[in-house]
Amino acid sequence: MKKHKKLAGLQKRKAISGYLFILPFIIGFLMFMLVPLFRSLYMSFCEVIFRPAGGGNDYNFLGLTNYIRAFTVDLDFNRLLVEEITQMFYNSLAVMVFSFFVALILNQKFKGRALVRAVFFLPVILSSGVLLGIETDNQLISSVMDMVEESNTNANISIAIQEILRTAGVGTRAFQQVFDIVDGIYDVAISSGIQIIIFLSGLQTISESMYEAASIEGCTSWESLWKITFPMVSPLLLVNWIYSIVDYCMRNNNQIITKINDQMILFMDYGFASAIAWTYFLVVILIIGVTSFLISKGVYYYD
Amino acid sequence: MTKQKNVRKLQGDFWERNRKSGGYLLKKRISSAAYKIVRVFLLFGMCFLILQPLLTKIAVSFMAEKDLYNPIVITIPENFTTANYRLASELMGYGQALWNTLRTSVLVALLQIAMCTLVGYGFARFNFPLKKFWFGCVILLIVVPPQTISSSLYLYFRHFDIFGIIKAIRGTDLNLQTSQIPYYMMSAGCMGLKNGLYIYMIRQYFRNIPKDLEEAAYVDGCGTLRTFVRIMLPDAKPIITSCFLFSFVWQWTDNFYTKLFMGNMPLLASKLTTLVDELNAYVINTLKNAGGASIGYGNCILSTGTLMVIVPLLVLYLFAQKGFVESLSSTGIKM
Repeated sequence: MKKHKKLAGLQKRKAISGYLFILPFIIGFLMFMLVPLFRSLYMSFCEVIFRPAGGGNDYNFLGLTNYIRAFTVDLDFNRLLVEEITQMFYNSLAVMVFSFFVALILNQKFKGRALVRAVFFLPVILSSGVLLGIETDNQLISSVMDMVEESNTNANISIAIQEILRTAGVGTRAFQQVFDIVDGIYDVAISSGIQIIIFLSGLQTISESMYEAASIEGCTSWESLWKITFPMVSPLLLVNWIYSIVDYCMRNNNQIITKINDQMILFMDYGFASAIAWTYFLVVILIIGVTSFLISKGVYYYD
Repeated sequence: MTKQKNVRKLQGDFWERNRKSGGYLLKKRISSAAYKIVRVFLLFGMCFLILQPLLTKIAVSFMAEKDLYNPIVITIPENFTTANYRLASELMGYGQALWNTLRTSVLVALLQIAMCTLVGYGFARFNFPLKKFWFGCVILLIVVPPQTISSSLYLYFRHFDIFGIIKAIRGTDLNLQTSQIPYYMMSAGCMGLKNGLYIYMIRQYFRNIPKDLEEAAYVDGCGTLRTFVRIMLPDAKPIITSCFLFSFVWQWTDNFYTKLFMGNMPLLASKLTTLVDELNAYVINTLKNAGGASIGYGNCILSTGTLMVIVPLLVLYLFAQKGFVESLSSTGIKM
């Protein structure tokens, strides 16, 4: 009886020290996340008016007006939302496929592997923050780039191939999506650094003996790719999928993010900006929730 | 000697073995060679794809303005010049901005990673009530785009107050928006850039360390904090370094939080976004050319500026490549 009590004491002590360890997070979360989150939710239902002499601000409760304005009055919000969501979907899918196959290759042994790995992880640094889209941010430069691209079309091999495939006739729209991804392969490559690392970490945990057994049984390496490698790293598909989506949403060159910033900084329209931000956030959460649920059903856990 | 002989012997009867296997051996050898060749091309192509913008930037940054419009000049400048670097560095206030960025990034990264390590350890090794709930909050932190709360964060720090205490003392609320204090406060509370991700990764790492180590320490009478500092921390060095490096690099290039909180402090990231405008102002006011800078020249200076911002990071990456990558792949991130 006494012993039991002492154990409970130890557990209690450990629980307390556990709370002490995560205390910074709890305080930070409550102060800098929860409060602003609810305040921005409240702001999205209001019209925010600034009192001129630095004396705080007033909230006029408007109900759903900001949301109705976003969906029915605002000229390009609907279009931007649909565009960004589709783009996010295709982009994340392309990143998944790309990073999976690159991780497969980088996991093999060949000369200069360290160098190639270093190059592939370089985008983790180079595509972060302000560096991403610094060229497209500048309107003058991007217009010139468009001009250069247009004048170059004759010499462009990918356009020629696209023409050939299009004349084949079937599923032009599906092809168009593939073309867009292929044209944007640079964007895919530079946004898949972390995902490659995650897949690599998964590949390294698969034991060699599984492949040996499979090859003795007469499995070709193509078969063992889909029957061993793929199921074994499938839990990481979920991680990478969520990471890709979140990463895409937070990018600086995302048009909705730009719109939010414009509304906030240029027009000082905090209520409307919050309404857009919340709509976007909810849509993304919904997509993440549904897709992760679907993926997690197909995921295979070895242990 | 004997080894060579063996090899020759093996090669000698390769055709015989091939015949015995019914052509299988030859087919296998050819396909593996073909695969290797394809792989080389693929890897080379993709590496080039990633490096090409960087290489172009380097080439352009050494060109004089007339080279940019010379159709014969593509990569190697005809009039080699370092004037672009001088101009870009002057326009960005490079020395001051570099120092500020370095200081801020190191401080912020240290603070964030120290806190995230504590929190990650707490989540990995202790059982306490509501643990699942708080970890759900970490996931929420990863998923919520900071832009959602940026507007209210701005106002929050514009009129900062902790439950009305400050107002009671000073009479008015504090305007912290123009100082850096808010961001340091947020970093201390694990709410900085991608901090949820760091907590998650560090937690994964600590979970994989065997429990016996810790228990032995407890049995020997080590307290929780001392066990953490003396036993667990040294073990977690690789993941902490790699998180620190990521935090440092992402802070270095971050534009979102710096714009929100450090608007009036010259940092490289914010200077880079205004570089082309600065160039225009410079061309109009100092060179008395009313048309402003030409597009190509603006692009050239922007490339130079971008290079100057990332060169310190590239040097860091060259020396600490292992720290970035290898330790991450050893965490065994799973869900």
